[in-house]
Amino acid sequence: MSPLLTARELVVRIGAQAVCCGLDLSLAAGETLVILGKNGAGKSTLLATLAGLRPPLAGEVLLQQQNYAAHGPRAAARLRGWLGQHRGDPFATTVLETALAGRHPHLGRWQWEGPEDARIARQALLDLGLHGLEERDVQTLSGGERQRLAIATLLTQEAPLMLLDEPLTHLDLNHQIAVLDLLARRTRAGAGLISVLHDPGLAWRYADRVLLIYGDGHTDLGPADALLTPERLQRLYGHPLARVEQDGRVAFIPC
Amino acid sequence: MPNRRRALFVLAILLGLAGLSLGAALLAGSVATGPAELLSLLGGEPSLAAEVVLQLRLPRALAGFACGGLLALAGALMQVLLRNPLADPYVLGISGGAGVGALAAILLGLSGLGLDAFAFCGALGALLLVFGLAHGDGSWTQTRLLLTGVIVAAGCGALVALMLSIAPESKLRGMLFWLMGDLSQAGTPWPTLGFLALALLLSLPYARELNLLARGAESAQTLGVAVGRLRGLVYFIAALATAAAVTSAGSIGFIGLVVPHLVRLAIGNDQRLLLPASVLAGGTLLMAADTLARTIIAPEQLPVGVLTALLGVPIFLFLLSRTGGRP
Repeated sequence: MSPLLTARELVVRIGAQAVCCGLDLSLAAGETLVILGKNGAGKSTLLATLAGLRPPLAGEVLLQQQNYAAHGPRAAARLRGWLGQHRGDPFATTVLETALAGRHPHLGRWQWEGPEDARIARQALLDLGLHGLEERDVQTLSGGERQRLAIATLLTQEAPLMLLDEPLTHLDLNHQIAVLDLLARRTRAGAGLISVLHDPGLAWRYADRVLLIYGDGHTDLGPADALLTPERLQRLYGHPLARVEQDGRVAFIPC
Repeated sequence: MPNRRRALFVLAILLGLAGLSLGAALLAGSVATGPAELLSLLGGEPSLAAEVVLQLRLPRALAGFACGGLLALAGALMQVLLRNPLADPYVLGISGGAGVGALAAILLGLSGLGLDAFAFCGALGALLLVFGLAHGDGSWTQTRLLLTGVIVAAGCGALVALMLSIAPESKLRGMLFWLMGDLSQAGTPWPTLGFLALALLLSLPYARELNLLARGAESAQTLGVAVGRLRGLVYFIAALATAAAVTSAGSIGFIGLVVPHLVRLAIGNDQRLLLPASVLAGGTLLMAADTLARTIIAPEQLPVGVLTALLGVPIFLFLLSRTGGRP
């Protein structure tokens, strides 16, 4: 089966700072990749480049073997979803209307959302624990609820490739695990996932592969259990970490 | 849950209100006309009443509807484009440019079509200036566009003040009325109505994309909106709508800022309904305000811009307090 996303010889920079130089990456259906790195290393910039939001300095990004320009924005939106870091709703709208925004690429220009679209949106809200809030004004939600609503909107989009920039922001521990479990179920059903996370322990638990971004143009890509060693993470974060294992799960504790 | 049936229902009600407002505009005035006479006028017997209604009141009412609709539409579009609830059609300096043109024309002794041409050219000048300056490096940040517009508007304000201070006494009243917004100067309403129809028809196909743009440019892009193209299109539609409205009736305040908010408070922020509903509500309100403006202290006439602000402020404050302060 052909990969959902391919990056070839990708060069990404933020001003003078190199994020990656000649990165080769491909993501297959059913696979989870987690990007780790320090603040300002360029994780979000790389993710935005992979999402087609900004052009790479060199190299190419292929979404199911075609670049974004060839797909056009609408067709690309049916294949890849993106969760950004910023939540801003200057105008009042309801939770359900916000989730229904994910149906946009599936609707014709004059078409309105139908019962099937509503069912998909309500199911996503239910999955994220937001049922009963459908008619609430988005501006009255808490930060964590807004974050879960953004994830519900992404699920409503039903794109096979999902790129998530810090999906766990503002979430409590229980919601962090619930969201990651939910996303893992989607990948088992055939989706591909690239997430920017901050916790190497969660990366170890949920990722098939990890991409470490050191912020100097150097990157490491490989299986999570092979790459996530205290030595390597110390180099990544510039701070010593200890590895703790319990019941087959791993945590990295800052020393 | 947004659906088409509810949208059509709301629009039908607003259309009915627009009809009532038009009827009131045709009936009210110094030559008394009853509803029965109005119907017989349509039969086409020549009389003084027919003359007044068809030659004076009808064109003025239609011009009022067109200007109100254009301003409300431009306001709704600007609020989405700038993602700012405080944006109005005048925030980007379009009316300032039209004001400079119009006052220059009055100073030169022009009126009628010449005045309109000057005002429209002034508006176009401001539109292109802001677009060129804000779009210069290819980026389209809301802050840059907003700041450029505000500065151009301030520059136009200074030029307007300069012309007012050197203008001869005899021309001052006309200039002030133009600046406050006045429908008595509006000529034939058809070009303005045409602009209104065109602006609405051009923006409606993009209404759902505008919903996404209001939530943020990057997320709109990843949901399938060609954001750069859409922003350019919305800017030009809103700016040309504003230019057409101020050319016809001067800078009538308040309608463009407040009508989209009134409609939003009543029916929500789905642009598919908000845009046409704002057009109908804006047109209805301006027609009604103008009817009041020319009858309330008859035979004297108030500039309608004064009345829109006097009426709109308390209505808006009332609605705001009722909904707990969430425009």
